[in-house]
Amino acid sequence: MVAKARPTTKDVSARYSPVQILNPEGELLGPSPVIKDEQLVRILKLMILGRSFDQRALSLQRQGRIGTYAPISGQEAVQVVSALCLSEDEWMFPTYRDYAAMYVHGMPLRDLFLYPMGHPQGGRAPDGVNIYAISISIATHLPHAVGAAWASKIKGEKKAFITYHGDGATSEGDFHEAMNFAGVFQVPLVTVCENNGWAISLPRERQTHSETIAQKGEAYGVTAIMVDGNDVLALYKVITESLERAREGKGPTFVEAVTYRLGPHTTADDPGRYRSQEELEEMKLKDPLVRTTKYLKGLGLLSDSEEVEMWEEAKTLVSDALKEAESIAPPDPDFFFDHVYAELTPNLVKQRREFVPEEAE
Amino acid sequence: MAKLTMVQAINQGLKVAMESNPEVVVLGEDVGRDGGVFRATEELLDLFGSDRVIDTPLSESGILGTSIGMAVYGLRPIPEIQFMGFLYPAFDQLVSQAARIRTRSTSRFTCPITLRVPYGGNVKSPELHSDSLESLIAHSPGVKIVTPSNPYDAKGLLLAAILDPDPVVFAEPLRLYRSIREEVPDGWYQIELGKAKVAKEGNDVTVISWGSLLPTCLRAAELAGEEGTSVEVVDLRTVSPIDSETILRSVVKTHRAIVVHEAPKTAGLGAEVAAILAEEAILDLEAPVSRVTGYDAPFPIPVVERSYVPSDRRVLEAIRACVKF
Repeated sequence: MVAKARPTTKDVSARYSPVQILNPEGELLGPSPVIKDEQLVRILKLMILGRSFDQRALSLQRQGRIGTYAPISGQEAVQVVSALCLSEDEWMFPTYRDYAAMYVHGMPLRDLFLYPMGHPQGGRAPDGVNIYAISISIATHLPHAVGAAWASKIKGEKKAFITYHGDGATSEGDFHEAMNFAGVFQVPLVTVCENNGWAISLPRERQTHSETIAQKGEAYGVTAIMVDGNDVLALYKVITESLERAREGKGPTFVEAVTYRLGPHTTADDPGRYRSQEELEEMKLKDPLVRTTKYLKGLGLLSDSEEVEMWEEAKTLVSDALKEAESIAPPDPDFFFDHVYAELTPNLVKQRREFVPEEAE
Repeated sequence: MAKLTMVQAINQGLKVAMESNPEVVVLGEDVGRDGGVFRATEELLDLFGSDRVIDTPLSESGILGTSIGMAVYGLRPIPEIQFMGFLYPAFDQLVSQAARIRTRSTSRFTCPITLRVPYGGNVKSPELHSDSLESLIAHSPGVKIVTPSNPYDAKGLLLAAILDPDPVVFAEPLRLYRSIREEVPDGWYQIELGKAKVAKEGNDVTVISWGSLLPTCLRAAELAGEEGTSVEVVDLRTVSPIDSETILRSVVKTHRAIVVHEAPKTAGLGAEVAAILAEEAILDLEAPVSRVTGYDAPFPIPVVERSYVPSDRRVLEAIRACVKF
């Protein structure tokens, strides 16, 4: 939980251990950050919505109603809380697994279904919603986030930017090049690593021999913090402070949020092939939804019936969004010609003229 | 108006662009204090300051990747990669990112960057300093590639590239940086992208080339002229999107075509030109389309490079064979 390098301390774990305020039993380990009761309730509501969306999307994929989908179960806390800390006029550079974060920052639930359905509208946040387009190749968006934050700094704005990636992304060159630029040019960016333990089938231990991922930020002179990614209070504190530093011109922060992917990498793989049931059962005990629910009930902010209502309400929202998504017409088959260049090139004009669409499946 | 070399014309173009457009920023390795390894960015740091003329870490993918973010956020970055062979580490950012941001976001986000990069051989440089990658880029939808063959075109094409709403690779023929000096207007002028130029008119055979090999083709045309063959030379200027119209107009007139490029022959841009002619003008052709190119081997070491890059002799022999067919 220490930010700056202390070269004399050789033991990395002494310098980097996850900030934790709320333990898995939902008990406070230290003082809570200042956060309104309504905000706490809202956080749980949004996490429940994220989980409900996830469960529905997984079943839709099995029915063939959506395509490949990357589930978020287990990672709702880091996504919801970090996105809530970002102002509406600030920018988010997400990955393909950040459905809950995107929803919180303004992406309509309907459009989140459109993305795995393969509809182009799912890849484009509505105008005015400050969310960048998702790139499927890992870590490629990180230098873009740095560049945008840097441009904002050059323009003299006081905005903070946030970007996400997984533990696997920290092995990609683009992660390191982005982190290096972020450090050298002191851009107002908070980079959140959702360390969910697995990059498809590769466990965190095989991804890097580094003791922590957080220390990779330190190597670039970037303020680095490790946080329990399933602890909404610790996340709220760490992300709020990181974004504030960015806005104040105090440079970038790298946050390693230690969480867990309860589901498969995507609907295309079976985690039973590479990880044990024991591990999964153990991690379920750290589920952020369970922990936050316990905490709110302990504070008297949530009754059993209100909890049931939250789940019911989330299911309705998800069903309505799905209905809307399924009622949206597909684009014209030749729409892709329009989005290659600002103007069609002579070759594209000719190819479009000769284009004959195939019958729909 | 002053007589300038190509590298001076590019430098002047950058100054004009930065003066008139506060969104233009220049970034790359050694572009600031050092003025660029070829002095293309000389004086820019003093004139426009370190927020707009940025010496970056040694990091090609980082240079291009952060430029994309800047472009998406409303700036017009002009990143420099020192040699085209050093574009390989940034190639992912070029073809899978810069070129596809518009498609991915159905045009919500666009990427108006001008990537300046010297290319071409016969300058006695080490490995990976001499590669010509235009066909790899031409095969990547969403990005354009432009290459000037003289100082006047260099400035006019550069300014057009900077204003273009999409990513443009501006490939600067290293060998021609200082070999030609000509009148270049002081202020702003543009040469439309996507338009080839007939660099020399003729009637018997069309030689199609671009960038670094234009002077070679013009010299070969001169020599052929002395033998009584009238050669038309077409300078593509914009390699992609290709100007098929100008190529076809010329070949329909001459009935013969030769494509000349430094890059390896197989799947090079010459193959594309030959295919265009086969599709659109097969009945106008009186000889097979021939190609004078580099070989299907990595660009070789300096002691033998003169035999790899198409020479005046090789182009002249191709002209002779083509008219004799």
